[in-house]
Amino acid sequence: MSIAIKRPRLRLKGGTSLWIGGGLVATAIMAAVLAPWIALTDPVMDANLMNAEIPPGLEYPFGTDAQGRDIYSRIVYGARISLSVGIISQICNSLIGVTLGLTAGYWGGWWDDLVSGLTNLMLAIPSLVFALAIMAILGPGLVSLVIALGLTSWSYSCRIARAQVLSLKSQGYVQAARILGYGDLRIMFTQILPNILGPLIVIATLGMGGAILSEAALSFLGLGIRPPFPSWGSMLSEARDQITTAPWLSVFPGLAIFFTVLGLNLLGDGLRDILDPQSTTRRA
Amino acid sequence: MTVPLLKVDNLRIALAGDGATYNAVENVSFEIGRGEAFGLVGESGCGKSITALAVMGLLRRPLSLGGGRIALDGEEIQDASPAEMRRLRGKRIAMIFQEPMTALNPLSPVGKQIAEMFVLHEGMGWNEAMDRAEEALRQVRVPSPERRIKDYPHQLSGGMRQRVMIAIALACGPDLLVADEPTTALDVTVQAEIIDLMAELCAAKGTAILMISHDLGLVANMCKRVAVMYAGRIVESQAAEAIFATPSHPYTRGLVDSLPRLGERSKRGRQRLREISGVVPSIAAYPAGCRFNPRCPSVTDVCREMVPEATPLPAEGLVRCHHHG
Amino acid sequence: MLLVLGRRLANVIPTLLAVIALVFLLFSVLPGSFISGMNEDGRSTIDPAVMERMRKEMGLDDPLLERFGKYVAATVTGDLGTSFRTREPVTKMLSNRIWPSLKLVLAAMTFAIAVGVTLGFLAALKPGSWIDTASMVGAISGLSLSQFWFGLMLMYLFALKLQWLPSFGYGDGGLRHLILPAVALGVGPMALLARTTRAAVLDVLNADFVRTARSKGMSERRVVEWHVLRNALVLVITIVGLQFGSLMGQAVVVEKLFAWPGVGSLMVDSVFQRDMPTVQGCILMIVLFFLAINTLVDLAYVVIDPRIRYQ
Repeated sequence: MSIAIKRPRLRLKGGTSLWIGGGLVATAIMAAVLAPWIALTDPVMDANLMNAEIPPGLEYPFGTDAQGRDIYSRIVYGARISLSVGIISQICNSLIGVTLGLTAGYWGGWWDDLVSGLTNLMLAIPSLVFALAIMAILGPGLVSLVIALGLTSWSYSCRIARAQVLSLKSQGYVQAARILGYGDLRIMFTQILPNILGPLIVIATLGMGGAILSEAALSFLGLGIRPPFPSWGSMLSEARDQITTAPWLSVFPGLAIFFTVLGLNLLGDGLRDILDPQSTTRRA
Repeated sequence: MTVPLLKVDNLRIALAGDGATYNAVENVSFEIGRGEAFGLVGESGCGKSITALAVMGLLRRPLSLGGGRIALDGEEIQDASPAEMRRLRGKRIAMIFQEPMTALNPLSPVGKQIAEMFVLHEGMGWNEAMDRAEEALRQVRVPSPERRIKDYPHQLSGGMRQRVMIAIALACGPDLLVADEPTTALDVTVQAEIIDLMAELCAAKGTAILMISHDLGLVANMCKRVAVMYAGRIVESQAAEAIFATPSHPYTRGLVDSLPRLGERSKRGRQRLREISGVVPSIAAYPAGCRFNPRCPSVTDVCREMVPEATPLPAEGLVRCHHHG
Repeated sequence: MLLVLGRRLANVIPTLLAVIALVFLLFSVLPGSFISGMNEDGRSTIDPAVMERMRKEMGLDDPLLERFGKYVAATVTGDLGTSFRTREPVTKMLSNRIWPSLKLVLAAMTFAIAVGVTLGFLAALKPGSWIDTASMVGAISGLSLSQFWFGLMLMYLFALKLQWLPSFGYGDGGLRHLILPAVALGVGPMALLARTTRAAVLDVLNADFVRTARSKGMSERRVVEWHVLRNALVLVITIVGLQFGSLMGQAVVVEKLFAWPGVGSLMVDSVFQRDMPTVQGCILMIVLFFLAINTLVDLAYVVIDPRIRYQ
């Protein structure tokens, strides 16, 4: 057919998912930033066994746990840990992935072979398993958690950066920069990187959701944040034993994880429509 | 008076865009007699391909039939039910597409794709249908068809794939073959073979052809009558010889002048081929009045304001130009 | 077929060796690993003499390269060392765990394919309809669920409240025990498959050859059955393979939650007991599974897509 017809877009319309996702993420960030002001009680210290396991109600909107601590306040504070783990580990992943991908695509040769091999290797080991192994070596805790998650899922951004560099490398403006005598690193970071930021932001947004899920999983297993400090995963870890008597202990932290990750996923989808129309990052 | 095989009358095709609806094609009328070859010529985007799809009843969102009548053998089919259209498609009107690579299912052997026609329209079993498919491949002169029927499209050359398309289209002996740029994607050397094959088989079976192309030369060689489309309207239609001899619309003149002509170079001296300046307007931005006016060498004020009426030409031709005559 | 298999194996073997090397390096070179780790952790109290003997026994004082050579040699012959905890060969422990894991992963994938591909198809065939919207909202939600929380909720609802299904454990290994963990594990791949299938089917429905099929006078149903299904399947199978392969790794948390005696829960337990040979063995098992599934997917391509067969 000689007429160009745009395929009708029938997913959640780009705009809708962007706004819902942005709203959810903004809410989570607000909760994290404003935690001391919007929390009702101190998340760790305000334990009172007299108030143990009160179901959700007017006084305690999400109920209280076995130590009588307010679940709502713990969730608000938990946002700080969950989000910072997500953000920091994703920054690590992006830095590693982009640096390796850019240089591999740009220089090629043995370095490219090495990086590609490494990427395949990373893809073969499920990142949760890899993170678990690193946690096994480093021991539990926030720092090892960030290291474990920050080192184990850079393969996506690496692949995309590499593929994009390969297609941009031969383009006029990059060639021109080379003729002007720009150094390799300068070309990579000033000429190429800005042009692939869109897809990378999308990947990082989606990856952040994954990191929050992994944090929750590792904390749930008892390897991440340790009680009494509240992260959503560690709250679930404590709540599990009381699932019969106090199910709300499990419901609310889980919903917090769900809506935050949902927000990041929707935001990522929405951003892709804007930043990456050719959909180099489509996972599905 | 005999009823024409296909009569398209005042066809309008609507394109639903961002909040607005445009007429991708309007006021298009033509007739094709039994066994006659008719050509529809124009640049890409002029609406010739979607006119063909409209005849097939294959318009899909965001395109839809906006108005007008399409009659096959005197019977109006523009409002036919999907089931009625399905019985016509393939059986009485068949179509060949531009890209023989993508127009064939890559995961299905070509023989099976031909045999489907017999299964669908003649109620055959697969075994019998495969035998007929082999026969059909032989008719389009594919060498060793008994082996080729098991081949997948990627194993055939472009020309061979287009032969398969022709075999599919002509399988059930349709009354009308719609050929949408059937040779555009092929090597020049193969083009002539395919056109000859198509013309010959259609002549033998008495099949009429609606030939869609951007190539005026090709169409004029093959067709008895030719219509030229520009920006969704037919600007001129004439007998094929007449269109070269006396092109009446400035756009047609432009097309004729842009064709290289064998043997005429010496007569006219080393002359550059002329091109038509400017670009085809987009559907959303069709100019008022005559749509060719921004590119027309002899444009005047009236061209920018009034849509030109059709002026009859000899031998049932017509032209839409304010400056004709 | 054999050619593809050969080419694939040529790819798989270096990756496998690299994983072995990585696992070795991680656990042997980094501080806090292996024997030394057993002392750092307050729980194990090994007296220095025993420790010395263990180091000797395991050859931990030999040069790194020599140890690596021995490790690779042992690993490729199927000897994954001896568990610190049970003193059993790791290979034997794994072999007891592999069948429950496989069962769980297969069940989860069956659920994911059955529900995800069906939803994706229905959504693509009626774009914009309520079923499309519902499927896609469901899919993005499924992608955002943490499996263990979803599992916990399933457990609460179906095992504790309704008491339809057992809450955890392997039981007799029958279907009743399998359903909840399989659904919890399968919900992520299910969501991804729904999205992929929808995108793939929409892609194929817009393909030129589908228009050809329509021009033949086929009913929409025939068009889908004869021309769309197989082509969409080729696109879907990639995602099936990737998901399937990584599912044993994803199963770690679900297995632990449901006390399912698979490779994943063995790995988690071993991490806590700092039973490094077993952790290493579990990682290798999970990677091996990933690579095996990917090889199978490549072979499936050969069957489905003739373009690959003849290249």
